[in-house]
Amino acid sequence: MSAMRQHPHPGPPPQGGGGNASPPPLAGGRTHASDQGGGDSATTGGRRRLLLLAPLGVVAAAGVGFYAMLRGLSTGSYDPKGVPSALIGKPAPDFALPPLAGADRPALSAADLRGHNRPVLVNFFASWCVPCVIEHPILMRLAKDGVPILGVAYKDKPADSLGFLQKHGMPYARLGVDQPGRVAIDWGLYGVPETYLVDKDGIIRWRWAGPLTEDTLKAQLQPLLKKYA
Amino acid sequence: MIPELGHFALALALALSLLQVGVGFWGAHRAEARLMAATAPIAAGVLVAVGAAWACLAWAYVVNDTTVLNVVQNSHSAKPLLYKLSGTWGNHEGSMVLWVLILALCGGAVAGFGANLPSALQARVLAVLALVSVGFLGFILATSNPFDRVWPPPPDGQGLNPILQDPGLAFHPPLLYLGYVGSAVTYAFAVAALLEGRVDAAWGRWVRPWALAAWAFLTLGIALGSWWAYYELGWGGYWFWDPVENASLLPWLAGCALLHSAIVVEKREALKTWTVFLALLAFGLSLLGTFLVRSGVLTSVHAFANDPARGVFILGLLAAFVGGGFLLFAWRAGTLAPAGLFAPLSREGSLVLNNLLLCSIAAVVLVGTLYPMFADLILKEKISVGPPFFNTATLPLAAPLIGAMGFGPVLPWKRARLLPALQRLWWAALAGLGAVLLCLAIEGYRIGPAIGFGAAAWVIGAALADIADRIALFSRPRAALARARGLPRAAWGGALAHAGLGVTILGLAGMGLATDKLALLKPGEATTLAGLEYRLTGLRDVQGPNWTARRATLEVRNGDRLVTVLEPDKRSFAVSRMNTSEAAIHTTWLSDLYAVLGEERDGGAVVRLHHNPLAPWIWLGGALMALGGGLSLSDRRMRVSAPAAKGLKAGARA
Repeated sequence: MSAMRQHPHPGPPPQGGGGNASPPPLAGGRTHASDQGGGDSATTGGRRRLLLLAPLGVVAAAGVGFYAMLRGLSTGSYDPKGVPSALIGKPAPDFALPPLAGADRPALSAADLRGHNRPVLVNFFASWCVPCVIEHPILMRLAKDGVPILGVAYKDKPADSLGFLQKHGMPYARLGVDQPGRVAIDWGLYGVPETYLVDKDGIIRWRWAGPLTEDTLKAQLQPLLKKYA
Repeated sequence: MIPELGHFALALALALSLLQVGVGFWGAHRAEARLMAATAPIAAGVLVAVGAAWACLAWAYVVNDTTVLNVVQNSHSAKPLLYKLSGTWGNHEGSMVLWVLILALCGGAVAGFGANLPSALQARVLAVLALVSVGFLGFILATSNPFDRVWPPPPDGQGLNPILQDPGLAFHPPLLYLGYVGSAVTYAFAVAALLEGRVDAAWGRWVRPWALAAWAFLTLGIALGSWWAYYELGWGGYWFWDPVENASLLPWLAGCALLHSAIVVEKREALKTWTVFLALLAFGLSLLGTFLVRSGVLTSVHAFANDPARGVFILGLLAAFVGGGFLLFAWRAGTLAPAGLFAPLSREGSLVLNNLLLCSIAAVVLVGTLYPMFADLILKEKISVGPPFFNTATLPLAAPLIGAMGFGPVLPWKRARLLPALQRLWWAALAGLGAVLLCLAIEGYRIGPAIGFGAAAWVIGAALADIADRIALFSRPRAALARARGLPRAAWGGALAHAGLGVTILGLAGMGLATDKLALLKPGEATTLAGLEYRLTGLRDVQGPNWTARRATLEVRNGDRLVTVLEPDKRSFAVSRMNTSEAAIHTTWLSDLYAVLGEERDGGAVVRLHHNPLAPWIWLGGALMALGGGLSLSDRRMRVSAPAAKGLKAGARA
């Protein structure tokens, strides 16, 4: 193949100032047409500079966003686990659960969510769940402060649940046993532990998937408890 | 004692890496031959130190040293040896050690095999790699020490997540890391080129094998991960557009574009700026994946347990390497002089199209992956972007890509004419059309799968046509065998990789015709799916090495003939108190019979049955793609020097 057969412009390129010294046309990959189109270099030079800066801009913007997410993770304002519950703002689903034998607490049904004349927490837990141990002291403190906490033992052997509560303390005003996990499905449980705030009228107002922490308590739960009191 | 040695080895590796950074950059800047020559032995030293650290960690796992926190959290004495070893990288800290080890291996390879590189380029590349190594060793030592002790030692470990105890997953992370870290080498070459202000054919020839190797490993890693998800998660699917899956797909797409555009740099010295950009992008997307998986900003079955402090550190690394790389790019890329002019219809033109389409797909996947996170952050809105978005947004881009894929290899460089290309490919196009019609005739009006079969036949046909054309199979059949022997392995590799993608598409199209069924069966009862009868003949308990299981026995019959017996398990792992479903799969290569055992009630068992046509071809295609990459890598011409003269000539001509 002879050199003359290459298409665009044999001889010096029309941009002038031949060869390597001339400002290169727009990034090769973007517009290969400009490689052979011979656009004027004065304007493409500026546009090219802008184009070369573009990736940096995108990276910077993404970086700021990621940083905000990380900040939000520690303050609780950003939470990827916060799967939106379809039930927020809706009445709690109807259910009736048997009591936990030997726990000395009444059973739990949908009707028990109302009639406390204040918002209640519904907490799903299991003895086999490690984060449940972590959040337990916070539940105990809330219970001591008089917040009614209604417990659901999720997919757990009754004897194990009982052992767990005897070891770590009993924060629940009422306690239902959901061994098959059927009620949890109606609630749209994401995993244990998981906590719901139900207001006086039996409407679900808030859901927290994962262990309650001091941060969650301060930033979210306590304001909500006041709001719906 | 051994864990402390490992900790010390990591610190030593950090010190050596710092030295390598200084010696490499300074030596190349001042053109000090002795300093530049010193970078290679230092890189070897880093490799030895990191290797020793990894060996110490592996030792702690193998002897089940419960004074090491990492072992306690992730291992157990009852675990088989393979999973004790794979447990070293089945957790955040240990996987970072593996990451750095692979990086050190790459550095060692550049040092060991790079003797014929220009010494300044080699010194700069090694210095950049050492800089990456400093970042990640610092990250390990500051936030994720795998050698932390715990006292008093608990009697035994807490086990490894049982769904991760699987041979497929044991090798999934190392392969992925080979891909991710391989892209660190192309990144280092790109940064070194920007510093030197020079990209030429020799540079392209050096970058290409690394891009190819990284891409091939990433292909294998992704295929293995997808296969694992298919048989282990028990959902009957193979790709879920999960953010973490996307995080591995993104560098794959960028790497795929890079290895194609590096060809253009090597052969024609065009697309230089673009190739450098892709090299930076591929590594940037690899790091982005690392950040997403380990920082806690998203949730996924794949994500590691994590804390925001680590996230901030990785974000810092991301900002330094990607931001730094693109800053350098904005500042210096203007100096890269383009050469090699070409017409739109030419090999180069088709590779540009390939690049644009691959990058567009990557952009779509990136947006789909990050959008929910940013919407949550900015709009305070929870949205999920699922398969419908990804499928509808990527398929229209994939279609022209697949179309162009057939044409690219048969087009000549610089300037092509359409007619000769069409003449070579008409029967591949005919095969594609035939496949569409055949599928429509057999399966009825199923447009998606029909197009898939057509695309697969086209891609495979075009790869065959390319090879047939190169060995002059039809014009001079007698000499064909001799010509086939003489054909460079890179040509075979390219065709094989393209055909491999065709095989994967075949599998995807087949899965488009998959059917499934949920049935409650009492022992002795049967149900039918896709013309086969599934009879539940028994339910029993079985005992494994560290699990107990409920196992169903399903006899599958085609008429009177027994096809196979499927035995799906529901396993519970005592130590970690987790349950897993082990799907039972029987493959005939034409289809997979797939059964999952659900819960038992009313004296029967719920079974989920899937009939997945051509499913194994998805991963077979992935293996073929990687094999094609490997074949290409073994080409003599990849081992530098040989084509140097030719490369120079091509440059001069342009």
